[in-house]
Amino acid sequence: MTLAHPAGYRPPPEGTHPPLDYPGYKSTALRAPSQAPIVLPNRLTEVTGPLLTAGHSDLIGPSDHDLTTQHAGEPIGQRIIVFGRVLDSDGRAVPDTLVEVWQANASGRYPHKNDNWAGALDPNFTGGGRVLTNSKGEYSFTTIKPGAYPWGNHHNAWRPAHIHFSLFGRAFTQRLVTQMYFPDDPLFGQDPIFNSVPDPKARQRMISTFDLEATRPDWALAYRWDIVLRGREQTPFEEPHE
Amino acid sequence: MSDLITPSQTVGPFLSLGLTWTDGHLVVPEGSPGAIRISGVLLDGAGAPVPDGVVETWQADADGRFDHPDDPRGASGSGFGGFGRCMTDDEGRFRIVTVKPGALGDGQAPHIDVTVLARGLLQHLTTRIYFPDEAEANAADPLLSSLPPERAVTLVAEQADEGELRFDIRLQGEGETVFLQV
Repeated sequence: MTLAHPAGYRPPPEGTHPPLDYPGYKSTALRAPSQAPIVLPNRLTEVTGPLLTAGHSDLIGPSDHDLTTQHAGEPIGQRIIVFGRVLDSDGRAVPDTLVEVWQANASGRYPHKNDNWAGALDPNFTGGGRVLTNSKGEYSFTTIKPGAYPWGNHHNAWRPAHIHFSLFGRAFTQRLVTQMYFPDDPLFGQDPIFNSVPDPKARQRMISTFDLEATRPDWALAYRWDIVLRGREQTPFEEPHE
Repeated sequence: MSDLITPSQTVGPFLSLGLTWTDGHLVVPEGSPGAIRISGVLLDGAGAPVPDGVVETWQADADGRFDHPDDPRGASGSGFGGFGRCMTDDEGRFRIVTVKPGALGDGQAPHIDVTVLARGLLQHLTTRIYFPDEAEANAADPLLSSLPPERAVTLVAEQADEGELRFDIRLQGEGETVFLQV
């Protein structure tokens, strides 16, 4: 008897993702595994994945797509729209998938007990959002442009302004957590997290594009950022099985 | 065409602002028939707890089925979500309440796929939880049987009390958990 295994997902090209052991980012020192990962062929558990639209109707609140309306007043800072498409690497839209974001406020401060640098907190900005892509894989949310902030990684270290993104796709293997950056940030050159991506072209794919067409007059600037998840192998294969 | 995939970046230290779900650790409601609790600690290379991490789980239902259209056997239609997410606490602890997944019928032992994210991890890590009461299936499992015994043991949860399993995740060093490239 043969059992058909489902088509798996193509591995990302070399240089796309950062190495786990990256001395420039000090926190990797005690957290990067010392042994190489074991290759696990994609099987049913890997080609399926959480579809969070079903049974999670309470997951997304009414103001989760607009981080500027989550409190009584307007937050301080530059109001922006961040939008784009979630695609797989064959160019196919990934519809109905959860996009989670979190970010610092305009001062570069997070409302978190472990963030105690001297940037001001903003009582009108928490910095967390959730949206689902539509049938074309499009997402959009409104927020405040985050500020840069210093951190303790090395002398005079500053994180470039960024928004954290978490994506699921439709398969366990497509899970992606990343950061979106803004064009022409002068802090890129000294940031080990941005530069941990080996391929310089891949690095550029984390930078959003200013989009004048998408701005809302008298309201908000706009940045476009498309996100590409792994695509699927074309041919299912069979292997002998008892 | 070349794969123009978006690179991975770390979740950073403030992941709880974006990834916290109330009841995210409940794959099934507490006290459901057949519910088990899987608890553990996420530890770094010095054996210190990792308080800024998140552990996510993905699994088949008790019958070994997925409610997902890409299961070639067809979506089960059961509504079983199969997904759990738990932030680690100040002591690095996490817990997931779920049911034991059934065998998929493809020669693999029952298992749960696990994603680990934390500050200091530039990519998420993947591992698996296997079950201590499946000695025969575990011995025949293609992944477990390919590993040296001292490494395979890191993927098998330990039985604690009735309905309670223990699964610690060691990122680095002695007893380092086996991580997978999927």
